[in-house]
Amino acid sequence: MKKKIIKTDLLVIGGGAAGSYAAVTARREDPELDITVVEKAHIERSGCLAAGINAINAYLNPGETPESYLHYVKNDSYGLVRDDLVYSIGRGLNKVTREVEDWGLKILKDEDGDYLKRSSRSIKIEGENFKEILAAEVERSGVQVLNKTAALNYIKKDGRVCGVFALNLKEDKFCVIKAKAVICATGGAAGIYEPNNSGQAKHKMWYPPFNTGAGYAMGIRAGAEMTTFEMRFVALRVKDVIAPTGSFAFAGGRQVNEQGEEYLKKYRRITTAMRLYATVRENKEGRGPCYLDLGHLEAEKKEKLAQSLLGMCPGIVLKWEDSQSGLSELKVEIEGTEPYIVGGHCQSGYWIGLDRSTSLPGLFAAGDVAGGAPKKYVTGAFVEGEIAAKSAVKEIRGLADDFLNLNISELITNEYQRVKSVLDNSEGVEAVRLEEKLQQIMEHYAGGRSQDYELEASKLKQARIKLKELKAESRNLKAESLRDFLAVQELLERIDVAEVLIEHLLYREETRWPGYQSRVDFPERKKEWRKFVNSRQNPASGEIQIVEREYKSLDEYAAFADRCQEDFYLEYNL
Amino acid sequence: MAIKIDQSICDGCPDYQDGRCERICPGNLIAKEGEKAEMKRPAECWDCAACVKACPRNAISLYLPEEVGGQGTKLKVQQNKKRSLWIFDKKGGSRKIYKTG
Repeated sequence: MKKKIIKTDLLVIGGGAAGSYAAVTARREDPELDITVVEKAHIERSGCLAAGINAINAYLNPGETPESYLHYVKNDSYGLVRDDLVYSIGRGLNKVTREVEDWGLKILKDEDGDYLKRSSRSIKIEGENFKEILAAEVERSGVQVLNKTAALNYIKKDGRVCGVFALNLKEDKFCVIKAKAVICATGGAAGIYEPNNSGQAKHKMWYPPFNTGAGYAMGIRAGAEMTTFEMRFVALRVKDVIAPTGSFAFAGGRQVNEQGEEYLKKYRRITTAMRLYATVRENKEGRGPCYLDLGHLEAEKKEKLAQSLLGMCPGIVLKWEDSQSGLSELKVEIEGTEPYIVGGHCQSGYWIGLDRSTSLPGLFAAGDVAGGAPKKYVTGAFVEGEIAAKSAVKEIRGLADDFLNLNISELITNEYQRVKSVLDNSEGVEAVRLEEKLQQIMEHYAGGRSQDYELEASKLKQARIKLKELKAESRNLKAESLRDFLAVQELLERIDVAEVLIEHLLYREETRWPGYQSRVDFPERKKEWRKFVNSRQNPASGEIQIVEREYKSLDEYAAFADRCQEDFYLEYNL
Repeated sequence: MAIKIDQSICDGCPDYQDGRCERICPGNLIAKEGEKAEMKRPAECWDCAACVKACPRNAISLYLPEEVGGQGTKLKVQQNKKRSLWIFDKKGGSRKIYKTG
């Protein structure tokens, strides 16, 4: 395995929505900068947008403002979000949408030529090729993209992140990428819990199974502060194919139980979490399964619905075509997914400043890997990518030219040896075996789908013990190729994420987000718990320490921040 | 296995450095084995259909695994700049085509 040393000014880890937008923004901010994106697959179809999407769910239609967006997000999240982060996203959503339309994204229009509204904050698009459009713009900008290059660990020298170690799977090379500033945009984590489907269908899920928490894990190991891992995201999806339900809901689908009752009406406050929680309750109390019932659908309407789904989830149309019946009555069964750890739909991730800097000097975060701002979705990821890029470029300008002449030979040797020892370990265990064990532990002791997502202290403590044993076992893994090593790395990432998750789940002694974070031993929501549960891992000892951070309203940020928010928005053009 | 690469149609993409499917897969699941492309990690397929769209010979089809009630219908996709054709071939022999774009 040969070594390859690369020097760059700005390194973006992850070529997804946030990473792509960050790269393009950085190039515009400074045409002279050397910018490199590392992507473990290929930027053209990697990550969440691989199959395409048919709507943008964070857009401010007429009548909506950044204030109303913050109000909605905060209410939906039971009062605990980073007001400043959410509001800053609200200010940029429409601008980034118009920008990607310019790049070639097809946004549907109404008779007046305005964006076709799906709801107050949602518009319809034909986004089957959305990822290709983003990738083309990154290429056009002249940024260097290293595809098939998987990040392993940050290069951390004198407390500062100054690059990343990575594996080039195509060239079979160990890469040392030094950078003046790094933006982490690796997305969230799936596969922590047992998936909905099994066997040959185990990766048939909603979130990408290839998002395994790389960025979370690298940050955790380097001692970065993380936030709100306990607000897991459990999606409500179409059974088997795990398709999104939005298109069905907007086609008039009624959310009903087996008796045809619109069961959400029984609950006082219908949040996104409650839609899921109510469905779990209906099933638990014997009134399931639950469905989205579209009733009688004319052939033309059904054809149109199928067409809109093909560019996002062809599996569901495959399921319809597979079924024997003619299907003029359309009723799809819905169920909860495995719990995902994400900073897009929920707010698990790096604890960041308004400028998207993390607690580690030299490191910024954007998109699903960044915490504090739920319901940001694709356009929110773009806004964060833009902010992080501008901040990183500023940071780089302040550094000396010879900044990258660091002596990191010992760090290189250590990381290289770590990889090599696994490749040389013929007696070790295969990653897939320990992946099954990890998922079993989390499923049974940390509130998986089969446990109705329920959490309680004694089981969580068992999970903690078993994960520690698993961690020890994970020191004896084997891989016969770099591709196999990637599977090892992804397993280690998930274990690191799971360990932090357990600490967060144990620490919050209330139930704030039903279904996502239901403590059966602390079933009430408590005012005094309206605060953030954060954590830092000690890089030397591995010990995870919880750090509480107070909740602040938007106005309070304006008063306490080291710079006035208005100045920030002016500077960042938001 | 949620995709099938028809080995009688696959020609290993002689006009390119890599197999187009090998290059595009977001999970790095496909690799060239000699002259042809092979799905190396079938259980890990996400059914995104990126490879189905990328194959210049249309050699790849998507189907639902048995575990999720698959009945054998196969999907192929033909794309050009103007439109996409989604071709569903059912086990009985019938075919349904959707057009988008």
